[in-house]
Amino acid sequence: MTTTVAEPSPSATAAPRATGRGRLVLARLLAARGAVVGAVIVLLLFALAFGGPYLTPWDYAAPDFSALHQPPSAEHWFGTNGVGQDVFAQTVRGLQKSLIIGLLVALFSTVLASVVGACAGYFGGWADRTLMFLVDLLLVFPSFLIITIVSARLKSAGWIAFVLLLALFNWMITARVVRSMTISLREREFVRAARFMGVRPLRIISRHILPNVASFLIIDATIAVGGAVMSETALSYFGFGVKPPDVSLGTLLAAGTSEAPVFPWLFYFAAGLLVLFVLAVNLIGDGLRDALDPTSGARPRRSRRKRRP
Amino acid sequence: MLRYLAKRLSYYAVLLIAAVFLAYAISATALQPRTYFDAKVPRPSAESVERQLTALNLNDRTPVAERFGHWAGGLLHGDLGRTIHDTPVTDDFGRRVWVSLRLLLLGSVLGMLLGVAVGAWSAVRQYRISDRLLTVLSFVLLSTPVFLVALFLKNGAIAAKDAAGHDVIPFTGYETPGLTGGLGTHLADWALHLLLPTISLALGGLATYSRYQRGTMLDVLGSDYLRTAEAKGLTRGRALLKHGLRTAVIPMSTMFAYSFLGIFTGAIFTETIFGWHGMGEWLIQSINEQDVNSVVAINLFTAAVVLASGFLADTLHAALDPRVRS
Repeated sequence: MTTTVAEPSPSATAAPRATGRGRLVLARLLAARGAVVGAVIVLLLFALAFGGPYLTPWDYAAPDFSALHQPPSAEHWFGTNGVGQDVFAQTVRGLQKSLIIGLLVALFSTVLASVVGACAGYFGGWADRTLMFLVDLLLVFPSFLIITIVSARLKSAGWIAFVLLLALFNWMITARVVRSMTISLREREFVRAARFMGVRPLRIISRHILPNVASFLIIDATIAVGGAVMSETALSYFGFGVKPPDVSLGTLLAAGTSEAPVFPWLFYFAAGLLVLFVLAVNLIGDGLRDALDPTSGARPRRSRRKRRP
Repeated sequence: MLRYLAKRLSYYAVLLIAAVFLAYAISATALQPRTYFDAKVPRPSAESVERQLTALNLNDRTPVAERFGHWAGGLLHGDLGRTIHDTPVTDDFGRRVWVSLRLLLLGSVLGMLLGVAVGAWSAVRQYRISDRLLTVLSFVLLSTPVFLVALFLKNGAIAAKDAAGHDVIPFTGYETPGLTGGLGTHLADWALHLLLPTISLALGGLATYSRYQRGTMLDVLGSDYLRTAEAKGLTRGRALLKHGLRTAVIPMSTMFAYSFLGIFTGAIFTETIFGWHGMGEWLIQSINEQDVNSVVAINLFTAAVVLASGFLADTLHAALDPRVRS
């Protein structure tokens, strides 16, 4: 990572340099087939999740008593469940909830991780030791364990509390990486110069440290979206996450599991969309890694390998 | 090396104590054993609820610190308290821990070894068909939550059973109840029951490790010292094994420590889905019954295993990388 990357934001003053890098990254990203496919899939899924409810006349909660356990048809695109609810309307609604939760969790946890990691790395000393002890302490328990215990108490608080809880147990490893990157950045000339000019620490962190770890944070946040959706569905599957009458992909999978061998449409549409979304997000993350960090790219290595006798 | 390991060990001990206290505080305040007794039919009298709660050290009118002190005092004598059904927690613990450990150890070790092997092999064959296939496969696996993998496998086993008319691969429990026969029959039965849960656990690890291992191995493959090793007369295979793989595994040892969290979470799902009466199933059950002491015991177990695997990773790291030892 070079020091000239300090401000990737397209602000007016830094316009020429910023667009230069932006264009380079975009060109590399578009050259990676996987990332383009992933981005298209994610866009389509978002369109489905937010446009889908307007495509079907059925409401996700309203039962159609004339059609129980019906296979997919022209009327009910994904079939119906045991009480006659339209599976397409439910799946679309669940997808919407899962996507929102995934995005919010990734956003919150990345912000928390960057703040904690950068502070621990920059200030060092007892602040570092305390924060890292906290990180280790939270890493001792699987987040699933704590969330399941606490979620019993949060029944009334709804899914926003669930989002906060997921974010609260999802930032530790990212914070560790940010910390170690900050420790090496702290000794760089431009940070020292800023420090000796009397710039306050928090400003140094926000203006000089965080922009330099932005590449990592962008990649990590992308992958975190997929991870958050997986955690959400798993917790909801066991009844500790999103709770009825709200639906998410997890609650749909839980409802469809027992009937999956006989009525596959109750299970496999939700399962397929879940895997498809996380896969697409991971493809984007992989493409971003190659585009933002040229040293990790695969192409230079191939040429090096080819030169080998 | 010993000094380094001793330092790590004492850090882990402090961490364990803090973690256990945190687990107790969270469980004791978030769970409400009172509602369990209040929901009983016929409803017990207020005094009897109070008496039972106090006897089980679950009374929410006692300060958490006092309850923790009482519980920790028992722990020093190997007593984990009593479940909400007034049986010793250690009984359940002792029965379930072996069921879970069998699955956890096999799943994590298998995932680890196969992941490293597949990743290294994939890196050596970069951009060949096999590498591309493995990459696609690991991406799909990485994008499938463990509980979904387990459900797919279970549905597959059910479909196979329906097609064949009899059990092809067992998909519930860890042994056939009432099985007669010698040790060999029992072992075969165990192995068959282990098959699907282990696969669903190991696949996740396999996919993660192979991606990372492929990356670290590719970094090593382009290095000068590997070329030097070949130049001084080692065969390519030997050089790759002795100089390549050893260096490429070092960054992975840290991953192994953290990965146990994921494996344990995965085991909660697989156990519940495949009907294993292990720690994972116990967790879900005791949370639903507001059974504080059992939940804390499970927390204690995971914390101990996570820190033990962290210590193991440190040892591995020190053994592989001489720079750590000094």
